[in-house]
Amino acid sequence: MATFEPVLTRNWNVPDARTLKVYESRGGYQSARKALTTMDPDAVVNVVKDSELRGRGGAGFPCGLKWTFLPKDRKETLMCVNGDESEPATFNNRYLLERDPHMFLEGILISCFATRASTAYVYLRFEYINAYKIMEQAIEEARAAGHLGKNIYGTGFNLDVWLHRGAGAYICGEETGLIESLEGKRGWPRIKPPFPAIEGAFRKPTVVNNIETLCCVPHIIERGANWFKSIGTPKSYGPKLYTVSGHVEKQVCVELPLGVTTRQLIDDHAGGVWKGRKAKAAVPGGISMGLLSADELDVPLDFESLRKPGCLGLGTAAVTVIDDHTPIIDYLVNTARFFAHESCGQCTPCREGTGWMNKTIHRIKNGGGRIEDLDVMLHLANNLGIIPGTTICGLADGAAWPIKNAVAKFRGELEEYIRTHQTPGAGPTPLQLDIAAGRKVDLVTIGNAIAAPTAPPPAAALHSPGRPSA
Amino acid sequence: MPAEAPSRPPQKIAILTEPLKEKICALFPRYPSKRAVTLPALHMVHEHLRCVPIQAMAEIAELLEISPAEVHDTMSFYGFFPQAPIGDVRVWVCRSISCMLRGGDELLEHACKRLSIHPGETTPDGKITVEFAECLGICDHAPAALADDGRVYGPLDEAGVDAMLDELKKGRKDEAPHI
Ligand SMILES: Cc1cc2nc3c(=O)[nH]c(=O)nc-3n(C[C@H](O)[C@H](O)[C@H](O)COP(=O)(O)O)c2cc1C
Ligand code: SF4
Ligand code: FES
Repeated sequence: MATFEPVLTRNWNVPDARTLKVYESRGGYQSARKALTTMDPDAVVNVVKDSELRGRGGAGFPCGLKWTFLPKDRKETLMCVNGDESEPATFNNRYLLERDPHMFLEGILISCFATRASTAYVYLRFEYINAYKIMEQAIEEARAAGHLGKNIYGTGFNLDVWLHRGAGAYICGEETGLIESLEGKRGWPRIKPPFPAIEGAFRKPTVVNNIETLCCVPHIIERGANWFKSIGTPKSYGPKLYTVSGHVEKQVCVELPLGVTTRQLIDDHAGGVWKGRKAKAAVPGGISMGLLSADELDVPLDFESLRKPGCLGLGTAAVTVIDDHTPIIDYLVNTARFFAHESCGQCTPCREGTGWMNKTIHRIKNGGGRIEDLDVMLHLANNLGIIPGTTICGLADGAAWPIKNAVAKFRGELEEYIRTHQTPGAGPTPLQLDIAAGRKVDLVTIGNAIAAPTAPPPAAALHSPGRPSA
Repeated sequence: MPAEAPSRPPQKIAILTEPLKEKICALFPRYPSKRAVTLPALHMVHEHLRCVPIQAMAEIAELLEISPAEVHDTMSFYGFFPQAPIGDVRVWVCRSISCMLRGGDELLEHACKRLSIHPGETTPDGKITVEFAECLGICDHAPAALADDGRVYGPLDEAGVDAMLDELKKGRKDEAPHI
């Protein structure tokens, strides 16, 4: 493979790269000029389609193809940029916003021109406070310089970009949850179809794309689809920002060709597993994607290869490394807690399922586990999500995958944990045993005994030392 | 002599000031519907009052020409808007995977113990509110915390949490909103 030349990160170490002046001095907005002044919108769509750029937000859907789903006879198009970035361990969009806001704006400009959108909403998670300020400033600068606003470059094309801040809900990253939230409602994902391209925000044809996806667009326009396809692995082309965090020496965000392996990321870019330990497992692309075991760290992190080890996909390419001192149950406790907290509550299987898994996993953690819990959870996990078709959105699949993968790959350890961590207090009570065995129990007597203890307190208690006399 | 009846019912004092209302209405042209201004309006009120009391919801609803219940429905979905004022600085301690693996849960406990409060509560002097958060998107700092004026902390250890709390007690670093 030819040496890889980073493009998404190329300005990151340049002083003042955030300013329009520096961005322009490094060739910034030239692609936008090229697209707007020399190309037809459909020609731009075709270049992006030919590049086979796949969405970087999680699902990996081909970007150019999605743009062609917009109705031909539409009067208006809206662009919604997904900057909710809430998948645990993911922070590449934040780097793009904070370090090169104009590259992102140029991506928006070209993409809006291609899809004929004259309004773009950037839905930004509230926690990106600094990124919000940086973006506000960049939009101001771009507008003053004529890269945004009316009649851009004298072409008659108009574009307004508005920042819209979220309020701390993971589910607003799901594209239709985002749209509902933008409309001022609770972020409840919609049933699809209709897909946003047909009926999206404010019931108008809407394009939803991730920040990193749009940041690739100016480079594709500048260098062409073939250049883009010369990077990466089959069906997964182009550069990608990978983040590595958790049990590594250096937690980083790096740009590499799609298809790098977890081991390369750990050893070559993150300074190895921390404290000289070994990796026990790694999360390949945000916790929704499942888990790789230590033997699977050489699987290429691209859109296709992760299915083989049973993961859901590449997700957000956010790698979290778990060292060999960490019990897998701790990982499950964390993922189950997350999804139970973030389920929007619309679909019963997801709302109840995530809550129930959370309780079961906490019970196991606290020493009340039963071996059969693993199979019961697996059964639930297999029936949860859009893949089995029981929920509206993919959050539930994300909740199921950590369980599926952990039980498949670490069953021995989990069973061992259940066996060796029993606490006496967590065992069944005599009443439960009676009920389980089908013995007759007199609930009235039991209920009365609990409600009103009739026996006087033992004498010793009244005269115990230190007790003030009545 | 009978007490004189009040000539008119006592006037309710509006929570949304005129400049704040103007700021909210200035956003209408950005969206095809007024309702879309719900979240921005809630953020503005929250920034102004450090909470969104029920009366403010009704006043927002009036501006946006929707029912107060619709504003409440949206507001209550997001865990973000408290109805009673929070501290001068709100700090989120992350408990998601990368932070948890590096001790995030224990650090949240440590922070709360040091301030003698529970997660979600405010110190009695009204200076700091500590909350847990799911991934804050600053995992390169894991275990990490974020103050609501934008300050990022991490990688933290117990001493780091102590230093962070001492710094936060001194107040916010951003400009107070001029409304
Ligand atoms: C539960 C859930 C959460 C999601 N969160 C995000 C997110 O935070 N950011 C994002 O870009 N996409 C997220 N997505 C994916 C979006 O639904 C959508 O596929 C994406 O924004 C499309 O943009 P792309 O094609 O450019 O990737 C999420 C999906 C689901 C099911
Ligand atoms: S799957 Fe879960 S998060 Fe998604 S819409 Fe249904 S309840 Fe909400
Ligand atoms: S996991 Fe804690 S900031 Fe991302």
